[in-house]
Amino acid sequence: MKSRYMLVILVALALFSVGAQQKEIRVLLANHPYGDLLKAAIPEYEKATGVKVNVESLQESQLTTKLTTEFATRSSTVDVFMTRPLQEGKMFYKNGWYEPLTRYDFSDYPKNALDVATFGNKAYLVPLVTEWEVLYYRIDLFKKVGLAVPTNFTELEAAAKKLNTSDVAGFASRGKGAAAVTQLSSYVYNYGGAYLDKGKAAFDSKETVEAIRFYGRMLGNYGPAGVTNMSWENIMPLFQAGKVAMWTDASVFYGQIVDPAKSQVPAENVGIANFPAGPKGNTPFIVVSWGMAVAKQSKNKTLAMDFIKWATSQSLAKRGMLANITMARNSAWKDSEVRAKINPGLIATQEYAAKYGFPYDRPYMSAVGEARDLIGEVIIESINTAGASAKLEALAKEKAAAVNELLEDTGEYGVY
Amino acid sequence: MASRNNRGSFLERNLHIIFPMPAVAFVVVMMLFPVLYTFFLSFTNWNLTSGMPLSIVMLRSYQRILREPRFLAALGRTFSFTALSVSVETVLGTIIALILNREFRGKGFTKLIMLLPLVSTPVAIGIAWNLFYDPTIGLANFVLTRLGLPKLAWTGSSSTVIPSLALVDIWQWTPMIALILLSGLASLSSEPYESARVDGASEWQIFWKITLPMVTPTLLTALILRSIDALKTFDIIYAMTGGGPGYSSETLNIMAFKYSFEYFRMGQASVILVFLFLLVLIMSLLIVRMRKSLEL
Repeated sequence: MKSRYMLVILVALALFSVGAQQKEIRVLLANHPYGDLLKAAIPEYEKATGVKVNVESLQESQLTTKLTTEFATRSSTVDVFMTRPLQEGKMFYKNGWYEPLTRYDFSDYPKNALDVATFGNKAYLVPLVTEWEVLYYRIDLFKKVGLAVPTNFTELEAAAKKLNTSDVAGFASRGKGAAAVTQLSSYVYNYGGAYLDKGKAAFDSKETVEAIRFYGRMLGNYGPAGVTNMSWENIMPLFQAGKVAMWTDASVFYGQIVDPAKSQVPAENVGIANFPAGPKGNTPFIVVSWGMAVAKQSKNKTLAMDFIKWATSQSLAKRGMLANITMARNSAWKDSEVRAKINPGLIATQEYAAKYGFPYDRPYMSAVGEARDLIGEVIIESINTAGASAKLEALAKEKAAAVNELLEDTGEYGVY
Repeated sequence: MASRNNRGSFLERNLHIIFPMPAVAFVVVMMLFPVLYTFFLSFTNWNLTSGMPLSIVMLRSYQRILREPRFLAALGRTFSFTALSVSVETVLGTIIALILNREFRGKGFTKLIMLLPLVSTPVAIGIAWNLFYDPTIGLANFVLTRLGLPKLAWTGSSSTVIPSLALVDIWQWTPMIALILLSGLASLSSEPYESARVDGASEWQIFWKITLPMVTPTLLTALILRSIDALKTFDIIYAMTGGGPGYSSETLNIMAFKYSFEYFRMGQASVILVFLFLLVLIMSLLIVRMRKSLEL
């Protein structure tokens, strides 16, 4: 009995002394395929460096909430974290929560990806994953009605009309107000509109309202029932169940809709194409959806810098690409092993979007959450009336004024 | 030795203070402090998106929130959701309790089955009901079309979303009212019933004149608990609609959550929570008073 106690005490002491010497960092990841990949790879890093990495994984909005509350109360022990530059970047930078990354080599990143990582003349986060808007479609259904894949909005509408049956929705895209803002953005750009222009709300312009009308007409007439309560997580199961003929959304979902374990639609029937062109050309969004940053409050900045270099390294980026994650690094797309494995449709749409795309998919401002809800009200009104609402212009004007007020409150009005 | 004795008696003399201390500390730290801090925040303009430190603005946040049509709509919705779900739950719960109060085979098993919704995780319930309600692939519309009825949009339309959410609440919480009432019914003495039967009262008369009045205090207890809970419902609504479509299922709690963790307007979110707090407080006081007057 006695010897057993001794053993326990000895083990406890041993653990304590190791704990006292061992270097540790705390890393917050998102429940995102790349977060999962990192989590699985971290034991390798620990083995190679001897640094203990304490990982926590959270769903994206909970990650923002957790980081915000920890940083705002100045009680944070977070060293490195995944971050969404377009959603929280401005706010985090303004509150001084990002550590500038002055010693990081950014030469392998596309210029438009670095735009959102940079404030003033310093970079504050490393772009991890990019996504762009594409058109997913059912090859078999198109064959059945003898149609070619739409390349512009006129063809898109005609195809939706022809493919729409009582059983299958001709067209789907996000209809849930705030969530729809990002996927609507490519429509807005292709109509020649914008959410913000020169630091002022611009979605009450003729072009943008016309784009919102078109989006509402498409979803109101050919969209699935209850679409105003649907984001990607509701539309994807419908597509996987074979209830949707065409779907415009971000490129990240490709892997999941061709996964035979998740989809009832055989992979050979799922097509991916460039987002269709509008009256003013074709500039779909291509954005950095995730990045990684070091916390300003971190007490282990050297360790944190070492970790972020490893976590965003070229070799891990390649591993990500092989797992169907669309990485931000240029070199990852040029790798021959990657190109041999990844779907050619994904490569082709990425090349197009990287060349012609627009690096924002939402109003880029600190109060983006509220602005998205306000724009969402206009989108829902348009969907509910199938784009015919007589008060859409007035509503857009009213909401644009509210967004301008938000810009003024945060000192961003007219600043760009 | 003497000092030790003294210390011992000090402890003994003050046991009634020392023993509840952990509980008191818990209440102060986990309940009193957050409530007071929320009150404090409601007088500030603390806003994380502006990057400015917090400053005290007294009633300005109150003015702004009270003028917000979205707030008034959420306030009304909080009431209508609560009234709809709690009233249906009370009627259904009473009927179920009366049925279960009779002896029949499989009574224990029935009670066990009824407990299941109560012990399920709300978010899991929300996800399951969302699949059930899906207008295209959901079971609900499949059943409706089989019965020859038109399809509904359920949570997908602003006109049906509140009743659809209330239905989930009813499904989950009716058993609780039934079980509370059942224990109330079981404790009633049988004498009034016997004399009523001797006097030739009908079952209907017995229910209205004897059972219901005697069980009213229990019923009111169940009502208080349910109303307070329903007023601050969060999990099911957040998991199922997030307050949508648009804002059409946004209750005060959901609005406060969005204001704090999506808009980062902490001061104004606190104002909404202060209103919710007062609302729950007033409701509870009213019902407690009603119950007292009935008991006298």
